[in-house]
Amino acid sequence: MLPSGPSGKGCGIGTVNGEFVLSLDILEEFHNPELCRKLLDQLSAELEGELRFMEVCGTHTVAIFQSGLRSLLPEGIVHLSGPGCPVCVTHESEVNAFLDLAERDDVIIATFGDLMRVPGHGGRNLKAAQADGARVNVIYSPFDALKLAAENPDSTVVFLGVGFETTAPTIAGTMIMARQQRLKNFRVLPFHKTVPEALAALMDDVQTRIDGFILPGHVSAVIGLEPYRYIADKYQRSAIVTGFEPVDILQSLLDMVRWRNEGTPKVTNNYTRIVADEGNKKAMSVMHQVFQPGDALWRGIGMIPGSGLDIREEWADMDAKREFGITIEEVPPLPGCKCGEVLKGIISPEQCPLFKKACTPAKPVGPCMVSTEGSCAAYYKYKVD
Amino acid sequence: MSDKILLDYGSGGKASQRLVSDLFLKYLGNDELNRLNDAAELQVSGRIAVSTDSFTVDPIFFPGGNIGSLAVHGTVNDVAMLGAVPKYLTCGYIIEEGLPFADLEKIVEAMGEAARKAGVSVVTGDTKVVPRGAVDKIFINTTGIGEIVVDTPPAGDLARPGDAILISGTMGDHGLTVLGTREGLEFETGVQSDSAALNHLLVRLIREIPEIHVLRDPTRGGLATTMNEIAISSDTCCELEESSIPVRPEVAGGCSFLGLDPLYLANEGKFLCVLPEEHAEKALAIMHEDELGADARRIGTVTDANPGKVVMITKLGGKRLLNMLEGEQLPRIC
Repeated sequence: MLPSGPSGKGCGIGTVNGEFVLSLDILEEFHNPELCRKLLDQLSAELEGELRFMEVCGTHTVAIFQSGLRSLLPEGIVHLSGPGCPVCVTHESEVNAFLDLAERDDVIIATFGDLMRVPGHGGRNLKAAQADGARVNVIYSPFDALKLAAENPDSTVVFLGVGFETTAPTIAGTMIMARQQRLKNFRVLPFHKTVPEALAALMDDVQTRIDGFILPGHVSAVIGLEPYRYIADKYQRSAIVTGFEPVDILQSLLDMVRWRNEGTPKVTNNYTRIVADEGNKKAMSVMHQVFQPGDALWRGIGMIPGSGLDIREEWADMDAKREFGITIEEVPPLPGCKCGEVLKGIISPEQCPLFKKACTPAKPVGPCMVSTEGSCAAYYKYKVD
Repeated sequence: MSDKILLDYGSGGKASQRLVSDLFLKYLGNDELNRLNDAAELQVSGRIAVSTDSFTVDPIFFPGGNIGSLAVHGTVNDVAMLGAVPKYLTCGYIIEEGLPFADLEKIVEAMGEAARKAGVSVVTGDTKVVPRGAVDKIFINTTGIGEIVVDTPPAGDLARPGDAILISGTMGDHGLTVLGTREGLEFETGVQSDSAALNHLLVRLIREIPEIHVLRDPTRGGLATTMNEIAISSDTCCELEESSIPVRPEVAGGCSFLGLDPLYLANEGKFLCVLPEEHAEKALAIMHEDELGADARRIGTVTDANPGKVVMITKLGGKRLLNMLEGEQLPRIC
């Protein structure tokens, strides 16, 4: 039995005869212009004062801009893009660490594509390293890195473990498989970050002005709702797990407005067609088998205790950090760069003096301009002046 | 003959000659090429259009074509975009030693077939064989020559506010096909490349509607990049209606799976046409009569609102920029 779309039509994502099926027709329902228009009208009618909402997933950032939703939101709805792009929040010293590794003759780097252009010290990046002879392979699945390791027994294949809880279980699974296959030359550089800890750090900053969060769909599919409960309990703000279509986003904004009007902040799940409230226990158990919480440095924000994933002692033989003696240190903030304030929603990208001047996608100064999912890059790319 | 291409085949000696006679003349031969002179003598009159392009596609075989047919279509289309009738092609091959002879034969055969369909003759060529690793299997350069048949050839800087923007068919088919076929990407899209020679349709169009302002094929960088080039060179704003831009559902699905945008993916058998509003309907009617323009649509209008920019009216009725990419599209982490 497939779940229903918002109009009640048969649809979608589910299993038919035991096979996973994704019907694209259902997604049409979730960006139905008429339905969106109604939701927008309702939002305007019920909004009291200003609502400042933050999304913390790069895919939401892109969805909000790409669909044109941003240009249609009522004036009082202020959209802020948080630290939800894993590429953007990868710290400079982490970038420098993998660029140094790429330069080694005995190392092959395996990475997801969007890390290729992330600049480290002096504007270096993996694309340039590749042109200088570094062996860098863009892969689509971490399992492809195992194939690469098997084909190159004389080199060490280092997979760049960048991402949130979305990718961490797959990478843990890859490490488990590497051990089963007795691969001796596969390593992971563990630079993962976790979302709930980062949101707490944002709200602890007294300058932050956020009324509610659109919670990430993919991350939540793994971790579920529980890790976010504190947002309502401790900080009295609403937070809603949300899908990536305009109808999903508008429905969550409307809920957020209503609960604020009622004075009852809630943490809920509006993305039930994908996300179970309890998350994906299997994925979490695989993740915890290999990783344990550790501290992490976030580009533009700094150290957030407990917001990283370190490789457990039992898996130390696959830990590139241990093998190559990599340490990550705080560096002084880039002069003039206001990314920290943008990521916390204190200012908008256009209020940064470097935006579109010294800082462009061709020459990004700070993290928010680095990836297409970064808030400054999205402003640059999509916003009509 | 060996079943693989050896360095000998590029030596200029007997092995090279055998390659020419047994393969190139067999599939590409015509009176001029058969003379095997150092240069070709051509009959051309009036103003001519010349275009050159090098083809390095990986993989060299993909659903809907191969590097050979692509090398003909790409250059023929570029020549035709200037309001010209393509007539002649030159062809240079750089081949990695060890390429299976059967692969080269398939490629040359496809070139011959594509050239015949497009009505162009390959009049001169060159072959080099280089050591393993010096190129990836085979690179092909083609140069095309055609006779311009309109007084004012279409050009990117001629777009004017009020012009209609038409597209000849669906976007992203070629780019997604090639990505989907590339090693390491183990999913099937069921899409195939749109690689095709557009010259017959284009020549009919420019002969019947002499006032066409811009003709462009949205190849590398896709529709988004080509539209931006037009907006910048004509200093106008190209306003596009997202809901009018044709994209096959399977291409949209494949792109959403990979985190790509079909509007930035290459097309090899499509063209953009910018022309005065009053000719738009007639142009669409002509396009619809041809198989290669069956899905043609009007996708937007040229305005003076945001000069040098491409603005997209989204399906929801919102507005956003459709910007040029910094470099190639990269698959995302999540």
